[in-house]
Amino acid sequence: MRHVLSAVVQNVPGVLSHISGMLASRGYNIDSLAVGETDDPNLSRMTFVVVGDARVLEQVRKQLEKIVTVVRVVDVSAWNYVERDLMLLKVKAPPGVKRSEIRELVGIFRGKIVDVGANELMIEIAGRENKIEAFIERMRAYGITELVRSGRIAMVRSGAADDES
Amino acid sequence: MSTTPRPPADTDTMSGADILVKSLVDRDVRVIFAYPGGASMPIHQALRRYADRIRTVLPRHEQGGGFAAQGYARSTGRPGVCIATSGPGATNLVTAIADAKLDSVPLIAVTGQVATPVIGSDAFQETPMVEVCRGITKHHYLVTDVNDITRIVCEAFHVATTGRPGPVLIDLPKDVQMTNCTPQWDVPMNLPGYDGRRKEPASGAIEQAAAAIRMAKRPVVYCGGGIIAADASEELREFVRITGIPVAMTIMGLGAFPADDPLSLDMLGMHGSTYANRAVRDCDLLLAFGVRFDDRVTGKVSEFAKRARIVHIDIDPSELNKIKPAHLPIVADLQSALRALNKQVESMRQEIAVWVEQCQQWKRELPFHYNQQFDGILQQHAIATLCEKTRERKTIIASGVGQHQMWTAQFYKFRYPRTWLSSSGLGTMGFGLPAAMGAQVAHPDALVVDIDGDGSFQMNIQELATCYCENLPVKVLLLNNQHLGMVVQWEDRFMAGNRAHTYLGPIHHAEASGKGQGVYAAERYPDYVTIAKGYGCGAATVSRKSDLSDAMDEMLAATGPFVLDVQVPYMEHVLPMIPAGHSVDDTIMQ
Repeated sequence: MRHVLSAVVQNVPGVLSHISGMLASRGYNIDSLAVGETDDPNLSRMTFVVVGDARVLEQVRKQLEKIVTVVRVVDVSAWNYVERDLMLLKVKAPPGVKRSEIRELVGIFRGKIVDVGANELMIEIAGRENKIEAFIERMRAYGITELVRSGRIAMVRSGAADDES
Repeated sequence: MSTTPRPPADTDTMSGADILVKSLVDRDVRVIFAYPGGASMPIHQALRRYADRIRTVLPRHEQGGGFAAQGYARSTGRPGVCIATSGPGATNLVTAIADAKLDSVPLIAVTGQVATPVIGSDAFQETPMVEVCRGITKHHYLVTDVNDITRIVCEAFHVATTGRPGPVLIDLPKDVQMTNCTPQWDVPMNLPGYDGRRKEPASGAIEQAAAAIRMAKRPVVYCGGGIIAADASEELREFVRITGIPVAMTIMGLGAFPADDPLSLDMLGMHGSTYANRAVRDCDLLLAFGVRFDDRVTGKVSEFAKRARIVHIDIDPSELNKIKPAHLPIVADLQSALRALNKQVESMRQEIAVWVEQCQQWKRELPFHYNQQFDGILQQHAIATLCEKTRERKTIIASGVGQHQMWTAQFYKFRYPRTWLSSSGLGTMGFGLPAAMGAQVAHPDALVVDIDGDGSFQMNIQELATCYCENLPVKVLLLNNQHLGMVVQWEDRFMAGNRAHTYLGPIHHAEASGKGQGVYAAERYPDYVTIAKGYGCGAATVSRKSDLSDAMDEMLAATGPFVLDVQVPYMEHVLPMIPAGHSVDDTIMQ
């Protein structure tokens, strides 16, 4: 089972290292990890995608909560939620037919061309994991030269959870 | 030339080192174990200024200081404090910190660090201590601003001593120690993610537990260090007085319930009693109080308490359902939980009479035993003799790790919590002497005995100097078999008796290659009596069974530290034994 956990943590040095070290040393399988400051500069939010059964999820969650600098942990995927992943991708696109095809695909996937080089395009695309992966598959044929993803972030929809503020 | 050092007044500008020490004094710390070095010298200068309010014991190795702080903490329940310098001083504390983590001991470890401008430059004696210790502390701090010291010390003590206790590291760079500021003493803690309040059980949980107990026909208590950490020993005794349910203890739980009570099933697990292990095998209700289902207790997890409903009460939610799913998991402080439970339970003596009689029959038929006729001193005999001789004295026992530790757990009948100090989770050899030393500091009037093996003893033997120089009259009952006995036992049982670096004498001796004759090592090395005397301690050696009693009396009567070197055989095995990963039905009895 795939779970999305969201943790609010104190914005102090070493907290990311602490959490990633704990997850690694206990052998948990983390597919994705994204970190960023929240509206409160004292707090950061980490979003994890964890693969495992209910017991693994329970342990990951409890072990996270045990870390003193972790303020709270929410299993976002237990609720109705929105999930996004942001990707920047550079693809070979010599002027001509191929470039037109790529522009068309970017439109279909609601992406954006953010940089145009002599023979390459840089594309920005956001969405759910399966959409991002579908787009990557389409681009493979043209030749991906570089790819970077933010990791999954997620948020529970309004009214879907009481304990999520 | 020396001047009389005086602490600064509270309102003055103070150095970081003075603020640290004053903060410790304000937390009612009366003794610390501290070994100085370049990056912690300002702290030691400050300690001199506060010498009338805080005793600084100088260990002879930082690891000894760490375990002494643990001995202090384990025997009192108050946090133990140790200090070391940066780099090697700090890394020498690592084992003691990891040990405190696994046994949930409240330990404050302060380490000097290189000055903040050079952190990360591979400076002399620089180790990234916080990085090293992340996974083995409950919490950790690298202090970068002198103004944070008061808050951090306050938080460190709070985190170390509340909830499930554990070690907290404070890494304090030298320039921060030397920077002056006007300290703010009432800074609030900033721990939004930590709730240290005593956890009451969720409403309804205790009612459910009481109902499960009422329905049980074959209940047994499986209790551990959580009872002692929560100061819930009295509540546990009350629970048993009311219900009449028998009690098995983990090695960390010994003393939580008196071993001389007929309802005590003593220790369970790999080297536990067969009666405790059978009781857990056959029970229909397992009352798991302050335990973590360690592999040395459970053996094969799927066979452990296979037919039982499990009520698991622990303060650490992550222990519930970690190894074995509980039918009724309850997150709570054991003292609160047992007080609530004791109001809801009643005598079960009628309902469980057959079961209790079964347990006691096993106890009569399969007691811990040894060859009483042996013509020499068996380890078990020495421990049982010590137990008998110290029955009427306030006594604290520490041990190293190995056979002697297991035999002490089996044959020393602990009756009170915090009288048994043992590195149980990490299993650290060398724990015994420094832990005993720390306990002696905390309990100057008590008899403190380190029951040690010769392998473990040598790992921190330098602390004999501390015992002598600091007037700590620790006694060492050295069960000297010239071997690493537990490893020898495994060699004998599982590796066809092949000796592989388990003999502690010269390599040309026959024993080194397993070709020794007889049950004793032919020659003895080193000469522990001479070593002990060299340190200024009293010492004697004994090999004849008829001499043991007098020799032990001499040790117990000694006013200073004393080492009694007891010659014991190396062919003796700790039994019963459940091989790792097996169940009680595979117990080795002979």
